[in-house]
Amino acid sequence: MAKTLFEKVWQQHVVSENDDGSVLLYIDRQLVHEVTSPQAFEGLRIAGRKPWRVNASVATPDHNVPTTGLEHGITDPVAKTQVQALDSNCDEFGITEFKMGDKRQGIVHVVGPEQGLVLPGMTVVCGDSHTSTHGALAAIAMGIGTSEVEHVLATQTLIQKKPKVMRINVEGELPVGITGKDVALYIIGEIGTAGGTGYAIEFAGSAIRALSMEGRMSLCNMTIEAGARCGMVAVDDKTIDYVKGRPYAPTGEMWDKAEAAWRDLHSDADAVFDKEVHLNAADIEPQVTWGTSPEMVVPISASTPSLDDAKDEVQREGWSRAFAYMGLKENTPMQSIAIDKVFIGSCTNARIEDLREAAAMVKGRKVADHVKLTMVVPGSGLVKAQAESEGLDKIFTDAGFEWRAPGCSMCLAMNADRLEAGERCASTSNRNFEGRQGAGGRTHLVSPAMAAAAAIKGHFVDIRDWN
Amino acid sequence: MQAFTRLNGLVVPLDRANVDTDAIIPKQFLKSIKRTGYGPFLFDEWRYEDVGQPEMDCSNRPIRKDFVLNQPRYQGAEIMLARENFGCGSSREHAPWAILDYGISCIIAPSFADIFYNNCFKNGILPVVLKDEEVDLLFSETQSQEGYKLDVDLEAQTVTTPSGQVFTFEVDDFRKHCLLNGLDDIGLTLQQADKIKAYEERRKQEAPWLFA
Repeated sequence: MAKTLFEKVWQQHVVSENDDGSVLLYIDRQLVHEVTSPQAFEGLRIAGRKPWRVNASVATPDHNVPTTGLEHGITDPVAKTQVQALDSNCDEFGITEFKMGDKRQGIVHVVGPEQGLVLPGMTVVCGDSHTSTHGALAAIAMGIGTSEVEHVLATQTLIQKKPKVMRINVEGELPVGITGKDVALYIIGEIGTAGGTGYAIEFAGSAIRALSMEGRMSLCNMTIEAGARCGMVAVDDKTIDYVKGRPYAPTGEMWDKAEAAWRDLHSDADAVFDKEVHLNAADIEPQVTWGTSPEMVVPISASTPSLDDAKDEVQREGWSRAFAYMGLKENTPMQSIAIDKVFIGSCTNARIEDLREAAAMVKGRKVADHVKLTMVVPGSGLVKAQAESEGLDKIFTDAGFEWRAPGCSMCLAMNADRLEAGERCASTSNRNFEGRQGAGGRTHLVSPAMAAAAAIKGHFVDIRDWN
Repeated sequence: MQAFTRLNGLVVPLDRANVDTDAIIPKQFLKSIKRTGYGPFLFDEWRYEDVGQPEMDCSNRPIRKDFVLNQPRYQGAEIMLARENFGCGSSREHAPWAILDYGISCIIAPSFADIFYNNCFKNGILPVVLKDEEVDLLFSETQSQEGYKLDVDLEAQTVTTPSGQVFTFEVDDFRKHCLLNGLDDIGLTLQQADKIKAYEERRKQEAPWLFA
């Protein structure tokens, strides 16, 4: 029987089936960071349990780590305690950890693929909703809570009900300058932040196949912003080429065997999906969010909506609150909105290709005078080193950007990098929720090139007009 | 985990769609390595006029009087009425920990975000999905009748209003069983340890690179 990509990977991981239709699903890889794991390790200790398969988990601190002044260590004592707890838990239980100071340390969703820790056809979990990133490698990858982190540590499995499967087909050629990030925001604008609830999503079509692996990761990363825990892209030559030669990827005969298996990781031609969505690549413009939910998004050529366009009273209320929080009015052209800060980074957009795209916009230019802070935060120590070897750091610093050390940084502002109340930010991160980047801060989600261009001009601009 | 069987409790209405877990418990409180103590910081930015910090004393903080959790008539609420896509965003289990620590153990909404919904069951919180029009009716009754209570019965899968109207809801058998009995599902899974080991042996033959 014809199967979807999701069904193929799912069926390979079913340990047993329960009477109510839920299954015990085997988990190949767990990525661990400092924020959602301490209570899980504590749970193991209280119950006197050990990790089921210790080499299935790999850890790195990312949410709390400072991106500047690393020689002083972590100065926030509460954050320091949490990172130290990760270090001591990994040491105690024998889990591999890329600690602060290790060049492999970085954002867990950048580090996993970069190290070859995530392979096609795996089941991957992490106590972080952006685990969906790894679906770009045709893995079933999903975010879980801390209780489930503990469950996976103790049993290497999760009790799961099979989600429905939706295929989102984006056909045609993406216009110049349109990235995986724009595709993600466009899809969320189309289906809404709850559009994928209860589904796993497969992204398919010629426009998706044309995306680089980095672009596919940005797209899958934001699947959770469409409500789905898991987003996937089928294996093709790009996937295979990306994985080959990574430190934890198989080699030699084992590689050949793995590659042969991975080549089957695509939906069969006549596979049936619970839902299909068809979108045209040509319709996608550079995207900018205007409000406090990723679905409050418009093309750069457009204006903020009119309240009268809301579909119902609940949405009208939500928009009205978002306008007040964002300090914006209805029908405001997006290109007229001035910004105070720029953040280029996060598990969505801190890979080498993202930094190259941003650098191309700023090369030889200066950040606008009124912009208070512009920062570039690479996704890992290795991304940082690669960018420096290409001279990207110099391009950014010459333009007036700060070049920082790797971490989650101002995506969620758990460290010192944050917005002050009322400040407006062009951000390459994934969430524009109230207070996300700092209490009272106003976030507009964009691609790296759009963020870089906004830094130079001091307001949002259409990068298609850039020269 | 504490069991959830039946609850007759005061209802607090939170009339906003897409309430995200960043709003439920802001990031600065995620630095704690404990599972408890988050209740005073639940909805911190909506509840207080100042910015909260971990472990601060909240008793003298300036409150936003118009926020529903601060209104005298809703003090002691054990059931929260919410709108669509409640709990979206971050997977942080600190969100259900904060809700439970505050004293709420049942949330009724037309829909929940997947990860949050799942996290509730791991912590003795019952998330109830009712139809849009049923939730609309409960909002209107809660707002118009002070001291409005609902009776939520997990065994029967019903929500009963003070006037005797009964709404039924769906819940997976396994989740229901665990919640009714306050069961730790790790212990239950480990009863299948032999099956997990057999699976691993088989997979090591099929896909040895996964075990390198």
